[in-house]
Amino acid sequence: MNGGKHATAESITLTIDQNAISCRNGLSVLEAAREHGIDIPTLCWLEGLTLWGGCRLCMVEIEGSPRLFAACATQCTEGMVIHTQSPRLHRYRRTIVEMLLAERNHVCSVCVSNGHCELQAMAQRLGVDHVHLPYRFPRLSVDNSHDFFRLDHNRCILCTRCVRVCAEIEGAHTKDVKGRGIQAAIIHDLDQPWVESQTCTSCGKCVNVCPTGALTHRGTAIGEMIKKHEFLPYLKLMREVHQ
Amino acid sequence: MKPEDLASLADKQRAINAACKHRIGVCTESGCVSSQSDQIAAKFNELVKSRGLQKDVRVVGVGCMGLCGNGPMVKIDDGAPMYQNVTPEHCAAILDGLDSPLGNPQLRHLLCDLNQPFFRRQKLVVRSNSGLIDPEDINDCIAHGAYESLLKVLTELSPTDVINQITLSGLRGRGGAGFPTGLKWSTVAKAGGPSKFVICNGDEGDPGAFMDRSVMEGDPHRVIEGMAIAAYAVGADHGVIYVRAEYPLAVKRLTRAINQAMRHELLGNSLFGTRFNFNIEIRLGAGAFVCGEETALIASVEGNRGVPRPRPPYPANSGLYGCPTLINNVETYATIAPIIREGAAWFAAIGTAKSKGTKIFALTGAVQNTGLIEVPMGISLRDIVFDLGGGVPAGRTFKAIQTGGPSGGCICGQNLDIPLDYESLAAIGSIMGSGGMIVMDDTSNMVDVARFFMEFCMSESCGKCVPCRVGTWQIHHLLDRIYKGHGAPEDLVLLKELCEMVKATSLCGLGQSAPNPVLSTLRNFESDYLALIEKGRADREAALSGPHDSGTTVPLEVIS
Ligand SMILES: Cc1cc2nc3c(=O)[nH]c(=O)nc-3n(C[C@H](O)[C@H](O)[C@H](O)COP(=O)(O)O)c2cc1C
Ligand code: SF4
Ligand code: SF4
Repeated sequence: MNGGKHATAESITLTIDQNAISCRNGLSVLEAAREHGIDIPTLCWLEGLTLWGGCRLCMVEIEGSPRLFAACATQCTEGMVIHTQSPRLHRYRRTIVEMLLAERNHVCSVCVSNGHCELQAMAQRLGVDHVHLPYRFPRLSVDNSHDFFRLDHNRCILCTRCVRVCAEIEGAHTKDVKGRGIQAAIIHDLDQPWVESQTCTSCGKCVNVCPTGALTHRGTAIGEMIKKHEFLPYLKLMREVHQ
Repeated sequence: MKPEDLASLADKQRAINAACKHRIGVCTESGCVSSQSDQIAAKFNELVKSRGLQKDVRVVGVGCMGLCGNGPMVKIDDGAPMYQNVTPEHCAAILDGLDSPLGNPQLRHLLCDLNQPFFRRQKLVVRSNSGLIDPEDINDCIAHGAYESLLKVLTELSPTDVINQITLSGLRGRGGAGFPTGLKWSTVAKAGGPSKFVICNGDEGDPGAFMDRSVMEGDPHRVIEGMAIAAYAVGADHGVIYVRAEYPLAVKRLTRAINQAMRHELLGNSLFGTRFNFNIEIRLGAGAFVCGEETALIASVEGNRGVPRPRPPYPANSGLYGCPTLINNVETYATIAPIIREGAAWFAAIGTAKSKGTKIFALTGAVQNTGLIEVPMGISLRDIVFDLGGGVPAGRTFKAIQTGGPSGGCICGQNLDIPLDYESLAAIGSIMGSGGMIVMDDTSNMVDVARFFMEFCMSESCGKCVPCRVGTWQIHHLLDRIYKGHGAPEDLVLLKELCEMVKATSLCGLGQSAPNPVLSTLRNFESDYLALIEKGRADREAALSGPHDSGTTVPLEVIS
């Protein structure tokens, strides 16, 4: 389920949103749906990184079970009948986005990622025009110490894409998560200012995979921060070929 | 150790025990130690020495006798008489009355009635030796039958036979979810791989629960024996016991037990001369509730952050270091040896159609008798509260019983007669859980209870998934608002909506079950919520209609 790593040549058939499709065995529901142009919402999954399963936006219904399944973490099986859209799923997805917006301080109008933010786009896509949950307004810091990059905890949604790209692709494992629950936060090395990190190679991969304005280039102005993560599957493929 | 050595060792120790006229058992588990039972044992030893009774009287530290609320407990010989609320000052008088089977009449007020329902209605399977044996002395444990089942398994049964026995017994996991143990074992046995692991889950993070601690402290060899049998059945040669570091006495006893078992060659290579090898190591957890979840526990043992991962793959196929791993609860392992000894049919005859055997509960709260009880499945909650527990204290009335800790629900008076089993509890919105049981009377406010458990889940959430990380905060915030009188009737709608969503979308059992205490109190005790909302409204109105120049202000809600 990691970029089709476990997929085999054998193919299976299943139904997603009334479309009969066939795909390689071993793909996740999310990957199979994407291959057929069905875009199941997600914020933590990213092609080229390992599975995380944290944002829970990709929950889908599978006939025969009253439970919901995270599409990123569910392997396709022969004859599966999947529904990616329903009033209930839509309600839950909206609540997840509202929860993220209420959790920290997401002020789009002054954000360098305004207009290029995956959280903002997700809110628009799901029609979240207001948040009906109380805001937390936590007091959070900004790590502005690095020469090129900035980590603004106010905008972080804890998707851990940055942690995974740093450990899995760059091999540095500079970033990790500290704390538990609502207190969890991204750290560098042993919770030091970014500039003091002995392991960071300043490659900037974390900035490019970050879905929001939490990781950005310094010196960008409002709305200027545009991220590119197309390099990831390519890098991953090249490595597999070389191995 | 050779197969015949076990019996001769047991005989030898039994002869030593029999040569001594009296045995004074002092409970040395955490509960009683916290009320200075160690000083009582020291006092007994001192008196025995000064009176020159060393040959006739032996003082042993034993495991829990159940009635923890009345500790420290002291047991004479094999059970009677038993004294409660003992202090070092009583030791001399207890010694004076040693030869009388009814105890010293001057200490009548300390004598514990062994005929009361609290003891009569229990059925001891896992705890049969607790309070009898000295958990720090392997010879004493062997004299009471320890490792007999392991010997039988290794010399007479094939791994398949063992799994069949466990399947036939109907044993289900005691860690909370009640997964059939035989099925789990056969899955691990079938999984391929160069090496396999067995893990004992002794994390026990639920507030108020101490069943597993008691088993580990009171009879550690039974846990080790159960793990060894499991390892033989599934084809593993390495075991890990994961214990929280907050249980130092359990860690000490387990470590000692493992070392003694290694010295006796009951752990190690070629056990009883067979080709079966088994070693156990202890891993300490830093006391996170979520590390009791099996995938988080495995991550923690591997040295990573204790965070759950999506299943499948289940640990049975890919667990510790990617190897097939059997993970069971302490109590589950401690049930194995009795099943092998007495037979699957004997075990299956106890309990209900789908829930077999006995279960240990930690009975606490508004009841006369608090402590540990082991009861047959299928007993009614009413019997537990009013018979074993002795009912709520005089002058108060029963309101609710909470089972399953932060993952369970509050059960109201109308449901007290349901049989205690996995399905019946689930049907009324609670769970068996690991065995916490809190009785509440009319002084408890259910909003406060729900808020307490939600606060626990909020601070114990690992933070990986959004519904649990943020949802538990939002739900706790709402409950807090309602409890403080700032709530509105619409809040209850939002509360239900959030609970339903967190339950349906969270990644692991913590988030999926965190809303249970709220949902069950909303269903059974909505009046508590409405009363607080109404009182808050009335208070605000009164404040508004009061004279303005008196400086009264309308309470404003501040979001922290
Ligand atoms: C949040 C959470 C906490 C848990 N804590 C414990 C625990 O403290 N002890 C335990 O045995 N099982 C605990 N479990 C259940 C384990 O994941 C697992 O199901 C159990 O250890 C399996 O053993 P069993 O089959 O013998 O019940 C917990 C589960 C969750 C979701
Ligand atoms: S900094 Fe960005 S990539 Fe990293 S966890 Fe936060 S939102 Fe995700
Ligand atoms: S449900 Fe809670 S504890 Fe479980 S993975 Fe999600 S955040 Fe972590």
